Amino acid sequence: MDLPGLWNYWAVIVLMMIGLYIVIARDNLVKKMMGLTIFQVSAIMLYVSMGKVEGGTAPIIPEGAHDSEIVYSNPLPHVLMLTAIVVGIATTALGLAIVVRIYKAYGTVEEDEIGAVDRREA
Amino acid sequence: MPFPIEALLFLFLLATAVVIARLRDLFAAAMLTGMFSLLSAGLFTLMDAVDVAFTEAAVGAGIATVLMLGTLALTEKRENQQPTRTLPFVVVLLTGAALIYGTLDMPPYGSPGTGPEPAAGNAVIHHHVAPDYIKGTKEEFKLPNVVTAVLASYRGYDTLGETAVIFTAAIGVLLLLVPGRKRKSEDESAAPEDPR
Repeated sequence: MDLPGLWNYWAVIVLMMIGLYIVIARDNLVKKMMGLTIFQVSAIMLYVSMGKVEGGTAPIIPEGAHDSEIVYSNPLPHVLMLTAIVVGIATTALGLAIVVRIYKAYGTVEEDEIGAVDRREA
Repeated sequence: MPFPIEALLFLFLLATAVVIARLRDLFAAAMLTGMFSLLSAGLFTLMDAVDVAFTEAAVGAGIATVLMLGTLALTEKRENQQPTRTLPFVVVLLTGAALIYGTLDMPPYGSPGTGPEPAAGNAVIHHHVAPDYIKGTKEEFKLPNVVTAVLASYRGYDTLGETAVIFTAAIGVLLLLVPGRKRKSEDESAAPEDPR
């Protein structure tokens, strides 16, 4: 079975859209953060898959290797995505802290119930 | 191209993501989020990004899951039933279609990058700074791992910025979660329904 050459992008986009759907369609704030995690991982995968070279190997140069005898995959997306992963966990931590704070203030993490509390007090 | 093992892992990821979207038991969903990260770490290894893979396995599957579980311990473990809405679904479909249209000009998966000039079938991404980084790592730094050299030296400012982001996030989390001193003596009871 052959796949079209762009299959990696399409697979990533499908994952990304599932993440986006969770973020915009679900009322539960913790669930939204899970959707955001899925979205982040998909975005990282999009860039890493661009750096893959057919027949290439991980960009680690073995002892005594000579020029251009080994094909390496592109190391640049790897470096940028390392940064993205760490920034992603920082975002997740901050988001979850805000969720905990909202729960302390409203007693719920469901968006519609939070809106109801706000309307009752307005 | 024969059916690659990457595609099989993508199918697993897809199944996990769909189950996360449908589950209302948040504890199970949190564990599945960790599994999603671990599966993607396997996929990164197949795509030759070993450094990204072990960072994702440690940070995504480890720390993120612990944070999720911690949040669930402090809040609720079940999600409320809610009616299915069509508008988000339409928005997601349209966005996905636009993104797929955007990929039509992209180079195919695994396009080679050999040669100094971009040729037909070669991905442009491999002709920018990456060849210099691979060459320079060997000649200037005498390091085996190209990713380390780029992270710490060629793009050291990126890493500095990343550190600033983590620092800011840590301060934010501390400010949000560590109970501060009460202003004067306004309500000692601090009821959980208090909107402040």
